[in-house]
Amino acid sequence: MQQSNTYIIIFSVILTVVCGLLLSGSSQLLGPIQQKAIELDTKKQILGAVMSSEELEAMSPEEITAYYESHIASIVVNIEGEEVTEVEGTAITAETVDIGSNYKRIPEDRLYPVFIYHEEGNPENVSAYILPLYGAGLWNAIWGYMALQSDLNTIEGVTFAHAGETPGLGARITEEGVQQRYQGKEIWGEGGELESVVMMKGEGRDYSNDPHKVDGMSGSTITAVGVNNMLRNYLSHYQAFLTKMMEESPEKTALNN
Amino acid sequence: MSAETAAKTIKKPSEALLSKRRKKIVSDPLVDNNPITIQVLGICSALAVTTQLQPTLVMALSVIFVMVMSNLAISLMRNTIPSRIRIIAQLAVIATLVTLVSEVLKAFSYDMYKQLSVFIGLIITNCIVMGRLEAFAMGSKPYDSVLDGFGQALGYSWIILAVAFFREIWGSGSFFGIPVLDPVAGWLGMNSLATNGLMVTPVGAFMILGLIIWVQRAMTKYVEQ
Repeated sequence: MQQSNTYIIIFSVILTVVCGLLLSGSSQLLGPIQQKAIELDTKKQILGAVMSSEELEAMSPEEITAYYESHIASIVVNIEGEEVTEVEGTAITAETVDIGSNYKRIPEDRLYPVFIYHEEGNPENVSAYILPLYGAGLWNAIWGYMALQSDLNTIEGVTFAHAGETPGLGARITEEGVQQRYQGKEIWGEGGELESVVMMKGEGRDYSNDPHKVDGMSGSTITAVGVNNMLRNYLSHYQAFLTKMMEESPEKTALNN
Repeated sequence: MSAETAAKTIKKPSEALLSKRRKKIVSDPLVDNNPITIQVLGICSALAVTTQLQPTLVMALSVIFVMVMSNLAISLMRNTIPSRIRIIAQLAVIATLVTLVSEVLKAFSYDMYKQLSVFIGLIITNCIVMGRLEAFAMGSKPYDSVLDGFGQALGYSWIILAVAFFREIWGSGSFFGIPVLDPVAGWLGMNSLATNGLMVTPVGAFMILGLIIWVQRAMTKYVEQ
């Protein structure tokens, strides 16, 4: 009979199997397409640190991929600033490093990708170094990319993204207006020590005279603190790499100007 | 001869595809039986996604798809679902459909997926969906259930689009992402028209929604039972 226990169990099993098949089938089918979408999104975020969002919006996915191929070179370094090309036998590239899962290891064990933005086809003529960042916002993870000009001091631009900050408050780190505040700021202090850039509490003040401070976001202080920590931590992780690069080409860096 | 004619059952003319009754199933939820303003269901997503028109449109289309397909599926199965686990069965169907929508969105419109994030998944908890399955699809034929799902989802959609329209113009000064207030200010010879930051927060959504409910109930002279 319809209401007997056996019938209920059989019905549930069949329903579960059908739903499961539908979901796993779609997952298999859509998996590669989703993967491409995520990769494209990562490329857009990296390029977003050096290009304005209007330029990016105007480009088609193929154009973005082509632009990325011709303008971005990448290496992976460890905390000492030394290049890493393989880990336990497997070759690694900057694109395969998962910043999020790397974050779970202690800083000394992490891999640090560096994206080098250069003139088209000419990897020697570097315009900017793009460093991935990762940290904790108020509710969940935040991450982003910071582009440093070839003097390795002035910030060319930043992009930020988040997993679950409050819309209208902490989520404003994705706004271009907020990200533009970092343009032109400096990460090294007068005496040569790493000072990073700090987002101040409160909004509406003018910090154009201070190369290490940016205007804050009203109501989003905790997220801003997360951003500040993320910048400070990752800049200190990349410090060995940055110092090495500056020693290699002293004529370009601000410390010798 | 007479035995045959007596035995011949009188065939009812089959109902037209869009008969008056069926048209009413679709049109009722737009005003008289609107899920949000009259039944007051599904408010959560009405507040959360309506800051801008584009994600709201994606949300509306997703809800229409989920409601039509789940109504259809449950109605087709209505005679086989054991009554004791019918809520669980409905939930399984809804959850599967919503996950499919989410995966398709992730594959073909990653930007929208990022912007809508959890709210697509929250369609599962939207009372309207399960409510219609219980109230209508479990006891009606498939085509009628499809019409009901479509009508209810349309009623929900036009309300959230209306809320989003006001919130986006007033809160961000744009329409589907195109800046609108600034050009208008230019015509009027002003520097800019100030936007209302309250509209970007859920408080503003509550207010707009309340105003819409008020206007609609005043116009239809609805009295709560």
